[in-house]
Amino acid sequence: MEKQLLKLTVNNQGYELYVSPKALLVEVIRDHIGLTGTKRGCETVSCGVCTVMIDDMAVKSCSILAVQAEGRHVTTVEGLEKNGKLAPIQRAFLDHGSYQCGFCTAGMLMSCEALLKENPTPTKEEIREGIEGNICRCTGYNSIVRAVEASAKGNYKEE
Amino acid sequence: MIHDFTYLKPGTLQEALSMLSEHKDECKIICGGQSLLIVMRQGLLVTDYLIDIKGLKELSYINYSENEGFKIGATTTHRMIETSKLIEQKCPVLVAVEKRLASIQVRNWGSIAGNLAHGDSSGDLAPTLIALDAKIKLASSKRSRIIPLEKFYTGLFETALEKDELVVEVQIPLVRPKTAVAYKKFNLIENDQAIVGVAAAVTVENGGTCKEARVVLSNAGVIPIRARSAEMALIGKKLAGPLLVKAGEAASGDADPVSDIHASEDYRRHLIKVLTERMVKQAWGQASHS
Repeated sequence: MEKQLLKLTVNNQGYELYVSPKALLVEVIRDHIGLTGTKRGCETVSCGVCTVMIDDMAVKSCSILAVQAEGRHVTTVEGLEKNGKLAPIQRAFLDHGSYQCGFCTAGMLMSCEALLKENPTPTKEEIREGIEGNICRCTGYNSIVRAVEASAKGNYKEE
Repeated sequence: MIHDFTYLKPGTLQEALSMLSEHKDECKIICGGQSLLIVMRQGLLVTDYLIDIKGLKELSYINYSENEGFKIGATTTHRMIETSKLIEQKCPVLVAVEKRLASIQVRNWGSIAGNLAHGDSSGDLAPTLIALDAKIKLASSKRSRIIPLEKFYTGLFETALEKDELVVEVQIPLVRPKTAVAYKKFNLIENDQAIVGVAAAVTVENGGTCKEARVVLSNAGVIPIRARSAEMALIGKKLAGPLLVKAGEAASGDADPVSDIHASEDYRRHLIKVLTERMVKQAWGQASHS
């Protein structure tokens, strides 16, 4: 199948790639660009491990054609840190032990980041709704909710 | 895996319609693709051309007028509807349904027209919108037509769309005075697909009798089903426990559900009965106090 030029902005960096139009965003991020923080899980829009942000909105990169992200800003988990320093939400996850096996973490972080961008002071209920599209089989979610609460309280400043 | 296709990205609605007219026998429309890409990846759907209307900003809008109610463009995302203050104020049931539809990620990217045109009878929006007496506007390069959403569904994953037609708008009339609409789905995991769902619209008259009623069922057959015998049972009556039971039983009889891994046919009929009772009661109560 004929590949076509795709201009993609990921983590504020421009990429020019030749990919098939049927390539999914998660494939391009992982296999073409080489950012493997974003995971592939259920691939049926159910589990949320592939969550990235497009224009600051959480979306599931397993069910978006990469060509559809052209002209938009894609942020992956690698794009959270600034100048080599972890983002506030990442440090909150570390301090609160908000992961065990870690497979859901990249997607979970992106959903939490998108939530906090839209709603900087979410209630516990809103946090739970904010991560409704991400499945974690280890933590039971409580430690994740605590991390988001702590981050929202301003306990973690950008370094 | 996804079969090869030629990707077409129209810049305008007109362009989309002419591409559709040219490739009508061998193309599919994609907007958010939150349903389509799943069936494409499963190999259930193969297409030569894929026309991507996600970028058509001219179809992304929520318009409201005091005379005509809401007009929502095809590419409007679920999240735009969910977060619309105006819809929350004028048509709260729609916001409530959106909040329980799939996940935030899906609602951020998926569109209202994609959801409706996919034609999955377990969808939440179609029964709710049919209860609201919504219409759907379809356009081709030659003409456009507006039909009741109820008439849009013709069979299992089949709609009234002609091969060269595209959904361009959903029209929701004003909710009439003394009317309320409620929807509830039953599922094991919140926000999951409906095992069954029931939408009820009730209009009450002075004196408290039911003037008009609509009961619409989700995942109770191959298309959204209007439970007409339940509606007939309600119209002209006053709210009472036995009436709710009667309406629930009638709705259960109107349904044509399947047995699958999620629930047996009998259990679905039972759920429809219970949900119908609850939703009619809820809508009736809200309508009486509106």
